Formats: sequence, C-alpha cells, structure tokens
Amino acid sequence: MNFLIDDAPALVVILPLIVSAIIAFIPSSRWPWIISMITLIGHLFISFELLFMVKKTGVILYEFGNWQPPWGIAFKIDGVNIGLQIIFSIFVLITTFYSRKIFLSEIHPDDTGKTYSLWLLAIGSLNGIILTNDIFNLFVFLEISALSSISLIALGAGMNRRALLAAFNYLIIGAIGATFYVIGVGFAYSMTGTLNMSDLVVQLSQYSSGQLAIFAGMSFMLIGLMVKSAVFPLHLWLPAAYSYAPSAVSTLFAALATKAILYFFVRLIYEVFRIYDHYLVIFLDYVLMPLAITAIFVGTVIAIYQEDIKKLLAFSSIAQIGYITLAFSLNEQSGITAGFIHIFNHALIKGGLFMAIGYFAIVSQDRVTLSSISGYGQKYPITSFALLICGVSLIGIPLTNGFVSKLYLFQALYFNQMFITIALVAISSALSVIYFWKIIERLWFSTTTVKVAPEDPAIYIPLWIIAISIIVFGIFSAPIIELATMASSDLFGAISN
Amino acid sequence: MTDFLYFWNHFAFILLMVGGLFIIITSQNYIKKIVGLAIFQTSVFVFFVSLAKIIDGTAPILMKVEAIYSNPLPHVLILTAIVVGVATSALGLALVLQIYKNYNTIEEKEIEAEELMSER
Repeated sequence: MNFLIDDAPALVVILPLIVSAIIAFIPSSRWPWIISMITLIGHLFISFELLFMVKKTGVILYEFGNWQPPWGIAFKIDGVNIGLQIIFSIFVLITTFYSRKIFLSEIHPDDTGKTYSLWLLAIGSLNGIILTNDIFNLFVFLEISALSSISLIALGAGMNRRALLAAFNYLIIGAIGATFYVIGVGFAYSMTGTLNMSDLVVQLSQYSSGQLAIFAGMSFMLIGLMVKSAVFPLHLWLPAAYSYAPSAVSTLFAALATKAILYFFVRLIYEVFRIYDHYLVIFLDYVLMPLAITAIFVGTVIAIYQEDIKKLLAFSSIAQIGYITLAFSLNEQSGITAGFIHIFNHALIKGGLFMAIGYFAIVSQDRVTLSSISGYGQKYPITSFALLICGVSLIGIPLTNGFVSKLYLFQALYFNQMFITIALVAISSALSVIYFWKIIERLWFSTTTVKVAPEDPAIYIPLWIIAISIIVFGIFSAPIIELATMASSDLFGAISN
Repeated sequence: MTDFLYFWNHFAFILLMVGGLFIIITSQNYIKKIVGLAIFQTSVFVFFVSLAKIIDGTAPILMKVEAIYSNPLPHVLILTAIVVGVATSALGLALVLQIYKNYNTIEEKEIEAEELMSER
C-alpha cells in the first residue's frame, strides 16, 4: 500500500477521473451514486493525508512518470492550495450526498447514471486546477471542467429549455476565455521555453526589466482566467448558467468552480508575475480593483431587482466574487488572507443557499420565484431556517462566518488606508440586506397560513451540516483563518525571502 | 515592411484570430458561431506551430547524421489543444441540435423573440 502515500497527489485527481469512466458504463440505478460517494470518501481521506504531509514537509512536488520538472508535468501542493483542497474535498462529498434526490426529480431517470459520470469528471478536473503546477496542464483541466460543466448545465433542460441556451453561451464564452489563456501561454513559452510555474519564475527573472511579449502574454492569460472566473464585466455567462442548471450542479459550481480558478488567478499574479511589480501595480490598481468595486455594486443592485431566486443568488455571487477580487487586488498579505477566508466561507454560504432553494424547486416542480415561496417558512420550517442562517451569514451578521470574512476584509482595507473603499463595501453590505430581506419577508411574513409539510432528510441533513458549520466557523474561526494565513504567507513569504 | 515579411506567420495568426472572433460576435446563427469558434481556436494552433519552426529544421527524429530539428514540444501541446477543440465543437453542435429540437430554429434573434413571447 506504499503507493497510497507516494502517489497521493496524483491519486486525488485521477481517482474521480477513472471512476467517472467506469460509471459511464453502469446502467442508471442507485449504484452510480453509491460508487461516487465511496470514491469521494476516499478522496477526502487522501486530501487529509496530503494535509498532514504538507504540515510535516512544507511542500510536496509530485513529478508524473519521474520526469524532472522543467520537462515533465508536476503537481505542487503547499500551503497555498492545501486549504482549498480540504474545503473542496469536504464540500464535494456533502453536495454529492445531496445531489441524489435533486437529480432523481430534475433529470430524466434514465440519465442519472451518466450524470454522475460527468459529475465526477467535473470534480476531478476542478481538483486538477487546484493542484497543478504547469500552465499548459491547467488549460487541459480548465477545458475538461468546462466541457463537463456545460453538459451538466444543459441537463437542466428537462426543467426549463433555457438551460440549453445558457449552456451554449457558456460554451462560446468559456472557449474564448480558455483560448485567450492558451495564447498567453504561447507568448510565455516563446520567451522562456518552459511551462512549469516554478521554472517560469526563474526563467522570467532574466527579463527583469520586462519585455512586451511577456506583458502581452500576461494580459492574455489573466484576461482568459478572468472570463473563466466570472470577474465583472466578463461574467455574462454566469447568471443564466447558474440559474437554469439542475440545483445540485448550481450548488457545486457556485461554491467551488469559480473559486478554484480564482485561486489559480491569484497564484499566477503573485507567484509567477511577481517580478514585474510596476506592471502588476497598474493591473491591480487600475484594472482589477475598480472592476471589483463595480462588481460589488452592480451584482448587488441587479440582485435586488430579480424575481427569480436562483438568478438573484447568481447575481449575488458576482458581487461576492467582487469582494474576493477586491481583497486579492490589495497587493499585500492581509488582503490575500482576507481573500482566501472569503473563498472558503463563501463556498459554504452560497452552497447552502443553493441547496435550500434547490429543495424548494423540487417540491414545487417549477422555477422558485419570490411570489412562489410565500408561506414556505411555515410549510418547510427546517429548510427555511437553514436558509435563514446562510442568508444572515451572506450579509455578514456577527456569530456567522460571513462576519469573519467581512471583518478581515475591513481590516485589510484599513491596513491599506483605503477608507473610501471601506465605506463602499459597508454600503454594499447594507444593500445586500435588501435582497435577502425580500426572501425572508416572503418566507415568513406572508398572510397565507399553511400546514407543516414533511421534509426530506436526504436534503436537510447536508443542508444543516453546512448551516451548523457556518455558525461553528463564525464562532471558532481559527481553522479557516489558519488555512488562509498559511496560503497567504506561503504565497508572499516565498517571494519576500 | 521587412518586419512584416519576417513575422508574416504572426500576422496570419492575428488575422485568423480576429476573423474568428468577428464571426462569433456578429453572426446570429448558432452553427456559424461554432464555425467562428473553430477558426478562432485554429489561429492559436497556427501560432504555436509557427513558434516551433526553425529554418531548415526537420522533424525531430533520431538520425545517424546530426540535423537541425524543429521544437517538438509545441506540436505536442497543439495535439492536445486540437483534441480539446474537437470536443468543444462536438459538444457545441450537440447543444445546437437540442436547441433546434426545442425551439425549431437556431437563429439567435428568433429564439430571443420566442423567449420574450413566453415571458408574457
């Protein structure tokens, strides 16, 4: 069993990919789901094993086929990505447990087996994005995850045919983004002759004054990744894709897909392109930060005017991605810490919200709109109360983990003396109360009286695991902060030394 | 002018890339959008392969006499990218087929009009 330890970094990605291929041949029954659950429990164990290995040795470099790094593909696991890996692994398991009932009701019963094949394909490739240390390998994982996500989104057509249009738009926009990224890789390769990120840092240092070709490549790569991670104004594919996909798929993607790409985005900026400080400052201060602040406001204001709740949550996601990119654009360690904390916390919050709305969608067998949920607070109290906890955390009320991320964001902004931005973030948080209040008002303060309906434990158990962890991480926030601090100090400490 | 002739492959790449993007943005027909996407992706293949070219270089095959050979790595990368491109086109066309089955048209304007009608 030695290979379980030696090859753990590869196994964690390859396991879901192989099982995905096997599941494709199993006829639809409950078996594809059971096999997926077993696979992902194994996945979780390997992730924790990686965490212990990273805590012991600091960094794991895994070379595929023992080809030395500049030539072969390598995975790198260090403090920066191990936190995301753990959160990813836990959340994926919870979502898969939740997904069974959703897929049974939203997708044609004959398709549920193959759905889990796509599901594991998306999980494996997203995990690859988190671990890879090779810029071209990232493109391959990016495209596998995009293609499997598009197929999963298109499965929502069983409920609403607009899912097909959403999937098609994502395909076109996502492919343009990925191709932009590859053009950037081409420029970087033509100047340095390497694709390995650690080697790229070394090779780029010979052009310390900077070269136009490298700046062009950098811009192409960063813009390509911004399309993929839905940074405003390149977010146009996201609202439709999240709101028409099957609810379990929206849960997985809203929580993790854009976050994995944002992680790589920040790693590329601060690890590889660090030496071009003058260029980076222009990009961060005059491009990313204004876009982030605009995203916060535009996302929140559009969310206020939405009638469809899944769309409302999707626009709120754009605002939350704005908070994360705002923290990352500070070019300073406390900002990176705040960004990672919000990545972890927002994954929990938005995942929980989509889970609760997904349940309302399957009980009503229709789009969940503000008018259709009136009285659901009395009818489905267990789900509604979990929804309340997640929403309160989204706004950032104390005792929830959303408060912790807002607090660290404010601290980072204060540390950088950006008082106007603090005011803007505070105003936008207040605005987010408006759209969440609309949901609460419909849930509990409607005049219609309804009987309590029985609820499904397969839905509310995973939902309450999330809701409780939101409270727990709001009070005992040490584990999340520790993982985020590890990420930011590894990202920044390595460079300043 | 000499610059232009020396870097003509880069200009060909830019021309194809902009052409592909133009088709994606302007065409209303979904199949034409996929064609534009394929052209756009092909431009990147041209770019990568031309990066690898060395004047008088041959294929990178082990020979008795030493020879100058082109860099094989970009070729391999593009082999992967071609596979990705084919998969993207295939999935896109499958989606267009489903859209046609559901809407009886693949013109963006007509579909938007139909969606506006159904919203009322």
